[in-house]
This record gives sequence, structure tokens and C-alpha cells, in this order.
Amino acid sequence: MTVKQLKIVVFITSLVPVCLLIFGLLTNKLGVNPIETLTRETGLWALKFLVLTLAITPLRWLTGWNVLVSIRRMLGLYVFFYALIHMLLYLWLDQFFDINEIIKDIIKRPFITIGFFTFSSLIPLVMTSNNAMVKKLGGKRWKRLHKLTYFIAVASCVHFYMLVKADKFEPLMYGLVIAILLAVRLYKSMSKTSVAKVAVARS
Amino acid sequence: MLIRKNKHSEPLESEVTDHQVYLNRRQFLNTSATIATATMLPMGLAVAGKEAEPTFTDLVKSDFAAGEEPSTFEAITTYNNFYEFGTSKSSPAVLATEFPDKSQPWKVTIDGECDKPGDYHYDDLIRPFTMEERIYRLRCVEGWSMVIPWVGFSLADLIKRAQPNSRAKYVEFTTLYDPEQMPGQHRKVLDWPYTEGLRMDEAMNPLTLLAVGIYGQELLGQNGAPIRLVVPWKYGFKSIKSIVRIRFVEQLPTSSWMKSGPREYGFYSNVNPEVDHPRWSQSRERRIGEFLKRKTLMFNGYEEQVAHMYSDMDLKKNF
Repeated sequence: MTVKQLKIVVFITSLVPVCLLIFGLLTNKLGVNPIETLTRETGLWALKFLVLTLAITPLRWLTGWNVLVSIRRMLGLYVFFYALIHMLLYLWLDQFFDINEIIKDIIKRPFITIGFFTFSSLIPLVMTSNNAMVKKLGGKRWKRLHKLTYFIAVASCVHFYMLVKADKFEPLMYGLVIAILLAVRLYKSMSKTSVAKVAVARS
Repeated sequence: MLIRKNKHSEPLESEVTDHQVYLNRRQFLNTSATIATATMLPMGLAVAGKEAEPTFTDLVKSDFAAGEEPSTFEAITTYNNFYEFGTSKSSPAVLATEFPDKSQPWKVTIDGECDKPGDYHYDDLIRPFTMEERIYRLRCVEGWSMVIPWVGFSLADLIKRAQPNSRAKYVEFTTLYDPEQMPGQHRKVLDWPYTEGLRMDEAMNPLTLLAVGIYGQELLGQNGAPIRLVVPWKYGFKSIKSIVRIRFVEQLPTSSWMKSGPREYGFYSNVNPEVDHPRWSQSRERRIGEFLKRKTLMFNGYEEQVAHMYSDMDLKKNF
């Protein structure tokens, strides 16, 4: 399979959840409160794609499949895609675009506040996701900016954790997976610096 | 206080009729049978095995949600918060089909500060009372609502028989604890068994119902079979399901939700659009089946019947 073919497969597969949701909506299979189901599911899918995006680099270290990097950007954009639907559902079907209510909600309710900032943090990443922007910013600055993903990952878990009533199992599992994915990065960068230090000491 | 029955609000034949139950039920059976075949769950069989004839007939009917369409049988029986059967709203309908186990007779203990305590088999417990149909709004703390045609009797009637003494200031209710039957109890999501409480005057209020049925049928497991509380002016979680104990106590009981989140769930938990839950606004609600949100009513629309009990209380403090 060529890189191009891989990209096409990932592109189409990533649309399956939204297609299933639309199909479920049209055939009345989303339960008796379809709006709640849609909001919850799109939020969860954004989080799942975020986990996938963060898993690419460790997977590459583990397997040596450098081709994985070529689908990372697309997965990241799907995080935004599902998060955008999630956000629009909130703005439309929860608040009916009542700006005053929305602002009040963002100020007053911590889990909404966090959700709002998390979503907002995705925007600069999306805007700088094309090759031209990478060039314009320069690799180093671009990389630094895109470390925002780590904040987004942690904040999404906090958002999820804060909104569940009693059963914290699911958000904690996501939190654990994300913690592991971030910890391996930290471990790697620490061992790298220590290797560098040893090298400096030896020279 | 008497319950005043609004003559204009007598349920229309088209609103609550056995025929509609039939229709809803068929529809529900069809879909659940399809799902059951598709997923090899024994659910369809269990539901299909039940006869569609109404169990309760000749009910005195009173409508406390005048002019509002009762929610469908499907909505009421497939969208349930009953953490004893899992924390998703769809899981109780799947996991509670065999609940309660018919081979173990259901027992309810009435004890505490009263002159006539006792252990009762379910049948003996409900025998003395005349069953009524009461159509009530139900408002969940999560911001959704339904209209439900319950079958049951006033809790006050049961309390009078138990003859509480002067030390009885509150009533505490307890749900069954049996992880064998209630798989959700294997995980300590809440401090099992689920408990709830009412102040004596709230328990004696004519609106407070002990429900044993919905739409003329016996309660299904997911709705809190065989007997549950219904307190229509309070958030849904106060209406404790599958009750095994009713105890009269002197001290204010601490409910499972109060233990779980003392700043979020108070003892009173009256529906109040002015007092927000710390995490979400309570000013509006989504009626299941409707697209736009409705304004939430003070005391869920039962101000006339219950406001007098709280006239000297700061409802922001006593949330």
C-alpha cells in the first residue's frame, strides 16, 4: 500500500462514526434523547481521535514505521472535525445560539469553561496545519506551537471527568491512556538529554 | 390538604388509553425483538412473554400534568437512570429484564420510630390500598423531563398505618442491595445500598406516591419494580426505586447522592429554576421527544401543592 492509499483508507474510515450517527439519527436508532447521544458521541470521538494522534509518535518509536507520521495530521484534523460538531451541537441545541446564555455558561460552569478553552486551543493548530504554515513558522516554532496538543489532551480529560455525575471510570481510563502517552514522551526526552550530557562529559 | 382535581384536566381518551399502551407496547416489542434477534440478547423474549393486558383496571385517574402529552412507553422504559443496572441510560432496560427475581418474594421492612413496624411481603403491603393513576411530570437533575402515568397509592396512607411516633421527623428509604440481581452494585459508583429521605410533611403530602405501575401495567425492572417512590416536585433521583425498607427516623438522613456530592446534591433537591446545580443551569429542560427546551417550573409546576412546606426556608441554602 502506498502512502496515498493509506491516507485514503484513514480518511474514509474516520468518517464512519459520523456516518453511523447520521444514519442512526435518520432511522431513529439513537435512543429517545438523540440530541444527548449526538453530543456525547461526537465529544467521545474527538477524544478518541486525540488519543490516536498522540499514539502515533510512540508507535513509531516502537515499530519503526515512519509512514505513520503521514496520517498524523489527518487524525489531528479529525479531532477538530468531531470537536467542532460537538461544540456546534452545544451552541445550537443546548443554548439555541443565545449569546448571553452562552457567555454566562462559560463563565459560571468550570467544565464548560474548560471545554471552551480546549476547543479554542484547537483553532491555531488547525490554522497552521498545512505545509505552507509549517514552512512559514519554521520547524522549531511549529513544533513548539503544536505541543499545545498535550494541554488539549489533558484538558479534554478534565472536561470529561467533571461532567460525569458519579461513574468516573470512563474518563479515568482516557486519562490513564493519555498520561501514559505523555509519560513516554517525557521519558524519551529525559533519556535523550541525559545521553547528550554523557556525550558532553565524555568529549 | 386535599388534592384538587382539575376537571378540565381529566386525561383525554387519546392521551392515556389502553389502546395507546397497546400501540406503544407493540412498537416497543417489535423493535426490542429485532434487537434481540440481531444481538442474541434474551431481552425480547422476556418482554414479549409479558401479557399486554393492563394489570390495573378501573383506576381513579388524576392528571397533574394537564394538557401535556404523556411520554411514550418506549421512552419511559428505555431511558432510565438506575445505576444498580449500570450507569448508561440504556443499560437498565437490558440488564433488568429479569428483575426482580420472581422466585424470591419481595419483602419490605417498615421500622424505626413507629408503633406498628413490620416485615411485609409485597402483595400484603399493597393489598389495603386503592390504586390510582396519577400523571406527573418528572424532572431529572440532568436537565431532561418526561410525563409519566404512574399507578400507585399515597405514601401518606401507608405511613398512617405504621403509626409513626413523635420522634419520627424524617422517613428514610432504602433500595435492595443484591449485586447478584443488580450487577451495577459490583462497582462502588455510589455508596450502596441507595438511600433517600423525606421530611415527614413531605412524605405525608398527598402528591407523594408509592408507585407500582406505569401505563396500567406493573412496573418493569428498569423503572424500579416492584415498588418505588415518586416525589414529582423534586429531582428524579429523590424518587428512589425498588424499595426494601421504609424507616422513621429522628435525624435528617444522609442520602447516597448527598454522600457522593455534598455540594451538588442537597437533602431537599426541590426542582427550582432559580437555584443552579454547580455544574449546570436548571432554568430550562428538554422534554424527551421535543426539540426545543422548555422553561423549568418552580417545584416542577407543583407550587400550589407544596410551596407552603418551604415558606420559611432559604431554598438557596437548603438546595
